[in-house]
Amino acid sequence: MGAGGGSRTCAEAPGQGCRLRDRRTDGPTDRQDQWPLWEVFTQPPGGGPHEHAGSVHAPDAEIALQNARDVYARRGEAVSIWVVPSESITASAPSDAGPFFDPGNDKPYRHPQFYKTPRGVKVF
Amino acid sequence: MMGQHAHSEVVGMLPEGNWITRAPSLRRKITLLSKVQDEAGHGLYIYCGTETLGVDRADLIDQLLAGTAKYSSIFNYPTLTWADMGAIGWLVDGAAIVNQTVLAKTSYGPYARAMIRICKEENFHKRQGYEIMATLAAGTPAQKAMAQDALDRWWWPSIMMFGPSDTDSPNTGELLRWKVKRHSNDVLRQRFINLTVPQAEAIGLTIPDPVLRYDEASKNWISGPIDWDEFFQVIKGNGPCNRERLEARRKAHEEGRWVREAAVAHAQKHQVRGAA
Repeated sequence: MGAGGGSRTCAEAPGQGCRLRDRRTDGPTDRQDQWPLWEVFTQPPGGGPHEHAGSVHAPDAEIALQNARDVYARRGEAVSIWVVPSESITASAPSDAGPFFDPGNDKPYRHPQFYKTPRGVKVF
Repeated sequence: MMGQHAHSEVVGMLPEGNWITRAPSLRRKITLLSKVQDEAGHGLYIYCGTETLGVDRADLIDQLLAGTAKYSSIFNYPTLTWADMGAIGWLVDGAAIVNQTVLAKTSYGPYARAMIRICKEENFHKRQGYEIMATLAAGTPAQKAMAQDALDRWWWPSIMMFGPSDTDSPNTGELLRWKVKRHSNDVLRQRFINLTVPQAEAIGLTIPDPVLRYDEASKNWISGPIDWDEFFQVIKGNGPCNRERLEARRKAHEEGRWVREAAVAHAQKHQVRGAA
């Protein structure tokens, strides 16, 4: 859920990279009486990478881990959990996605289908 | 819409929490406890989705406690007997699954991802409810009567959960246009009725609708007229338990305050020690 969250900030500074909503400066939704937000990444059993699962509120990292376990791993979904303060995440700007990803999108020769092989030869 | 949905999960813990201490066996007690914990989790998944739109969970909870936010009307009905735990799991969670399976393909990513997770978990809720109903229905005449009574009371509120008829739903058009909703209220209601009628028959219970009939041509079970006056009365806050539910939420929020404050104090103490 992280990357979508910062669109407000991103629109103000396109191309500058984009922080998730800054709880200290981002105006009307800032609440001093609420615990900070942490993004939760869980690693499934079987060796897959950590993936974003959602977020939790917690006063510190230790409780964030415990809350993340109770919210996102009640049925053995995870063998490892990372929690990261939401405000520490820098995300690319959705409005800037075109030019930002362009360097990777205009190089078809990075894919095997780009190359011709003699008819009838099994290459793979 | 997401706020209302999250609130519904949270308030939905109350009618069932009512019976945890009185569950008839340890097996029933741990499953009910686990289901209620899931509902808390579901509320959190969806609040987490609203936060990606820049809406603070604390603001939403303030609205809920102030009585200005809506939540699903179904939770304003009382849970009078143990059989109501069966009826809620089977019918209320069953209806929620029909709704949420479609919402898992909604156009807003964080909402859709929360729904995928929720749907997996709700299946256990429905099955444990149906198991309670089937067990009671196969029990003594008094137990079967209790199951039938619960079905009689929960059937109509459950099919009202899909919201007003398409001819009278103020938001459906706009929500369909943005692909937030994928099917109209009446389409989903029909799907739920078609699924549920044979399930009631299989355990020997009767749907409390004297004019319910099977339409061969459309292969649909056609329901009798729904009492929408009752629906709108409950939405307006005149349901049997509206006030009680909000009071219970406020009490829980207040009584949890010391825990939240203690956690902050603990975190600050550790921060100071870490810095020293």
